[in-house]
Amino acid sequence: MDGSKGFDDALTGEQKIRNFNINFGPQHPAAHGVLRLVLELDGEIVERCDPHIGLLHRGTEKLMESRTYLQNLPYFDRLDYVAPMNQEHAWCLAIEKLTGVEVPRRGQLIRVLYSEIGRILNHLLNVTTQAMDVGALTPPLWGFEEREKLMIFYERACGARLHAAYFRPGGVHQDLPDDLLDDILAWTHTFPAVLDDIDGLLTENRIFKQRNADIGIVTEEDIQKYGFSGVMVRGSGLAWDLRRAQPYECYDEFEFQIPVGKNGDCYDRYLVRMEEMRQSLSIIRQAIAKLKEATGDVLARGKLTPPKRGDMKTSMESLIHHFKLYTEGFHVPAGEVYAAVEAPKGEFGVYLVADGSNKPYRSKIRAPGFLHLQAMDHVAGGHQLADVAAIIGTMDVVFGEIDR
Amino acid sequence: MTEALNELGALIEAKRPDCVLGWDVTFGELNVDVAPSNIVGFIEFLKADPNCKFSSLVDITGVDYPERAKRFDVVYHFLSMYQNHRIRLRVSIREEDMVPSIVDVHPSANWFEREVFDMFGILFTGHPDLRRILTDYGFRGYPLRKDFPTTGYTEVRYDEAQKRVVYEPVSLVQEYRQFDFMSPWEGAEYILPGDEKEGAK
Repeated sequence: MDGSKGFDDALTGEQKIRNFNINFGPQHPAAHGVLRLVLELDGEIVERCDPHIGLLHRGTEKLMESRTYLQNLPYFDRLDYVAPMNQEHAWCLAIEKLTGVEVPRRGQLIRVLYSEIGRILNHLLNVTTQAMDVGALTPPLWGFEEREKLMIFYERACGARLHAAYFRPGGVHQDLPDDLLDDILAWTHTFPAVLDDIDGLLTENRIFKQRNADIGIVTEEDIQKYGFSGVMVRGSGLAWDLRRAQPYECYDEFEFQIPVGKNGDCYDRYLVRMEEMRQSLSIIRQAIAKLKEATGDVLARGKLTPPKRGDMKTSMESLIHHFKLYTEGFHVPAGEVYAAVEAPKGEFGVYLVADGSNKPYRSKIRAPGFLHLQAMDHVAGGHQLADVAAIIGTMDVVFGEIDR
Repeated sequence: MTEALNELGALIEAKRPDCVLGWDVTFGELNVDVAPSNIVGFIEFLKADPNCKFSSLVDITGVDYPERAKRFDVVYHFLSMYQNHRIRLRVSIREEDMVPSIVDVHPSANWFEREVFDMFGILFTGHPDLRRILTDYGFRGYPLRKDFPTTGYTEVRYDEAQKRVVYEPVSLVQEYRQFDFMSPWEGAEYILPGDEKEGAK
């Protein structure tokens, strides 16, 4: 293997060294879950990288075909479990597109608010664990403390810290109390200090820069060839953001900047994520200000949504509707749609084929990480073995959504 | 938005009449039906044409319609970041048909085609590495076909005696629960209890 058995080439005296194959993962701490990479190494240089995925495949799409639309919603929390509500959003948008339901304004604002909280949740995890992959231990400890606070906001809205099932077709499940809004607002004033701390730890840190700058450079051509989205695009200087380019919900009335990188390397993607968190904070503040004025219902009352509790006590029709909704479920008219949201990791889409019954005929989940990981062979090729961890970290892969 | 898509659809049909079998704009989305033999050339055209510029592949998936003669639909989604529009291509094929691979045009199609092969058993000609992707090593069958049971055929467990994971046929303690919540007045395809004498009269 190492050529010590003797020289193969007597003329030059050179040792013949075979390339070395190693398994990276599936239980490597820097593999971000259950990633198995088969790496072919020439010394320490990665020659070929073959990701083996599917170790967390749960057959979500198959399961969804035998459940009603509402029963399928919680599956979306379990895809990208780092920012659960953003996934539900895509599912709700697909159903609303097919049924033509208009979400009330307060419902839309709450969705925006929680989507942005989800974005911060995701970026906090990604930035800090990526720092851990390249050797910094403190950032995750600081970042997870803030994640904890955000998950408490999740819990106060819907009762669950992670698997929320809060966005429903037609709006959100329940209204937010005012003191929760006040607490979120108070948090947005304390969070910048924490962000500055993480900034101070990493941004000008010599080791962090050495490990990330000029690593895993993504060009505009790569973006098109490999179908990147999200931060992988913005890190390379393209200001592509679905919230701006194809606005959904009420994102068009919010003011925010789209940060872009210059070099398209791991370091720029880190910087983009840090700035996106600041922009999300600004969106959260705007959403809370709007929520203070927009008082009203959070659900479009109709066939898709349950009746009010009070109505159920007094009206027989409402009671029947409630019963039918939670057993048979609502029917979605036949047709096919594709609905996409700008999830923290990139474009998360749902392709839904409905046949007019209470169950989806086929639903395909389009996860951004799937395409990013696919390009691993291209992006990591020619890099050092140690850079593989940095690249995986910055690609922001979560296996819940890749394996589905 | 819909108007622009109508224009785009008409333009594509005018430029490539040999490929387009039909097109429509529904729910604000452009759908184009394409013949399987022309798919590669058509996608190249969509990528290169300055009015289309569908430069990035969003998704490839399949849909199974067992009752149709052309059983599968292979569905392609494309996005143009430059023109800011999307398109959906549908290719209908028979169970034994093969689809030309588009990996040469869009390298990102690689895993998507592997996934469609894994889930539906549709073969892509010219694909460099058509292996299974999501299912277990050595898996048999195509899970997303409608005739594949949700429970599957095999189950795995760790065997303490053999000190390894063993595969066994699925044995359920309780029947897989598939409740029928459809209203008997709307969706039932069976005879309601008590109605069976109705036809005898």
